Amino acid sequence: MKPGLSPAQLRHKAAQLRRNIVAMMGANKAHHFGGSLSAADIVTALYFYAMDYDPANPSWEERDRFILSKGHCVPAQYAALAMLGVFPQEELATLKQMGTRLQGHPAAHLLPGIEGCTGSLGMGLSFANGLALASRIRGVPYRVYCLMGDGETQEGQVWEAARTAPLQCLSNLSAIIDRNRLKAMDRSYCGAELADLPARWAAFGWRVLEVDGHDLSALCDALDWAQQGASAPSMIIADTVKGQGVSFMQDQPFYHNAALTSAQFEVALAELDQALALMGEAR
Amino acid sequence: MSELYQTRFAYGEALAEAAALFFFFVSVYSDIYTSTRTVHLREQFPERFIDMGISEMDMISTAAGLAAAGLVPFANSFAMFITAHCYDQIRIQICYPGLHAILVGSSGGLTQGPDGASHQSLEDLTLMRALPGMTVLAPADAIETRAMTLAAVHEIPGPVYLRLGRYPVPNVLPVDYVYRHGQAVTLRTGSDVTLIACGHMVATALSASDLLTVQGVQAAVVNMSTIKPLDEEMVRQAAAETRLVVTIEEHSIIGGLGGAVAEVMAESSGGARLLRLGTRDVFGESATADELLTKHGLTPEGVARAVRGRLER
Repeated sequence: MKPGLSPAQLRHKAAQLRRNIVAMMGANKAHHFGGSLSAADIVTALYFYAMDYDPANPSWEERDRFILSKGHCVPAQYAALAMLGVFPQEELATLKQMGTRLQGHPAAHLLPGIEGCTGSLGMGLSFANGLALASRIRGVPYRVYCLMGDGETQEGQVWEAARTAPLQCLSNLSAIIDRNRLKAMDRSYCGAELADLPARWAAFGWRVLEVDGHDLSALCDALDWAQQGASAPSMIIADTVKGQGVSFMQDQPFYHNAALTSAQFEVALAELDQALALMGEAR
Repeated sequence: MSELYQTRFAYGEALAEAAALFFFFVSVYSDIYTSTRTVHLREQFPERFIDMGISEMDMISTAAGLAAAGLVPFANSFAMFITAHCYDQIRIQICYPGLHAILVGSSGGLTQGPDGASHQSLEDLTLMRALPGMTVLAPADAIETRAMTLAAVHEIPGPVYLRLGRYPVPNVLPVDYVYRHGQAVTLRTGSDVTLIACGHMVATALSASDLLTVQGVQAAVVNMSTIKPLDEEMVRQAAAETRLVVTIEEHSIIGGLGGAVAEVMAESSGGARLLRLGTRDVFGESATADELLTKHGLTPEGVARAVRGRLER
């Protein structure tokens, strides 16, 4: 069953998700804050709106599958899976600690709900293609979603996969680019490269839609649109802000992978708590 | 000896059997399907033979996705490209989660011949052996190729690398040969020396043993076609029973069969010495297969000469 929450409910979920992401990372340890927060609304729209998923049975054969190709942002996925009840919320605190199932990058064989191992950038879309192909070969119906970073699309393999999906008519595949315009060190693209991104995917044979990646209504509409392709895969290019939700991280490359001081951590949590409280009143 | 066969062709025939037998079978290849003679299968099972184009990285990652969704994928390319060109993909997406996928590298080793260093895989066994959980196979002949191909579908767990070749070799195993995972096969006994070989070099080892017999040296021959998991007991036994152990492979002596045997012998108490035959930390070059084998001492005469030289020292 798809959860199919309303946009207002989804905004509340996204606020919770952001708080859980920052809370699990904590202070004084380096984590990938920026990209996890830029992807938070996209991950929320997938797990709490679009995906046909049974948290009580994460290995259900007909479940929709989500591949996080930008694997360093897996805290966003961990937070969503815990909120769904796939594993206990308390386990989030074990992130990257010795013996944990919550590895620094997704480990499919360790944690239910993780569909494929990523971490080395540029490989997730090909894997998602494989899952989508298997649906057709085996006659088991499901959709596959793959989230990439915009910087990640500089990897050559992304364009091998970009070629394969339309050739194989993988209409059960939707890819999403979290276009936060920042890499680890600097701006992902020069301006012309960035503007070209939709045209490039369209030229490879994809249905392409650009959307505000922090507008949950728009994201839901885009995910509805994504399912309507008869034979081509769909690409949603979601414009986002790295570090979205925490004022001092927003659009700052430094927080791609950084440790917060205890004081910064308190400020970040307070901002996210405040956002959540406002959301509660708005509901 | 008898008729000669190329293992890559035996593989193509075994693949047809696998496709017919196993519902979860699927095969992906990057353009060069003619090299392993799977072309006729495309017509028979169009859904299950997927041409990925010239894109080995995409092929491996796609195979990982197919495996994660419950299929048993065979991924095909030249030995050099399917191992070195997509090592990261094999490592993270197939080996780390322990997915059951079979990587098939054709035209392995020096006997690839005229195409030269870019196409001659002399490091593929080393690369694949270093990956946790990976099974590494180099069948000796057409009979073993068929047995390993079918075993790879449902008997061998996790990721598998199957190295094939284009050099015609005689069948050295009996037609009723049954592959047992991780077990080497003694093809000939001998009290002086043990020749341990894999792939094409098993037939060479047998011929070398014939030459040595004439020269008064009794050489046992072991088919060590499973390089990982290595039959360590067989190595220890050889080191205990003969005074010289010789590894023979169409591959670098660093990290492949010779490396694996050296590791076992270094940690065991047997008193035998070790001689590793193969390429010695060099690249290949364009030439005929026979010219290259001669240059690197991997002919029956070359092996026999090296063995005698070591015994006399």
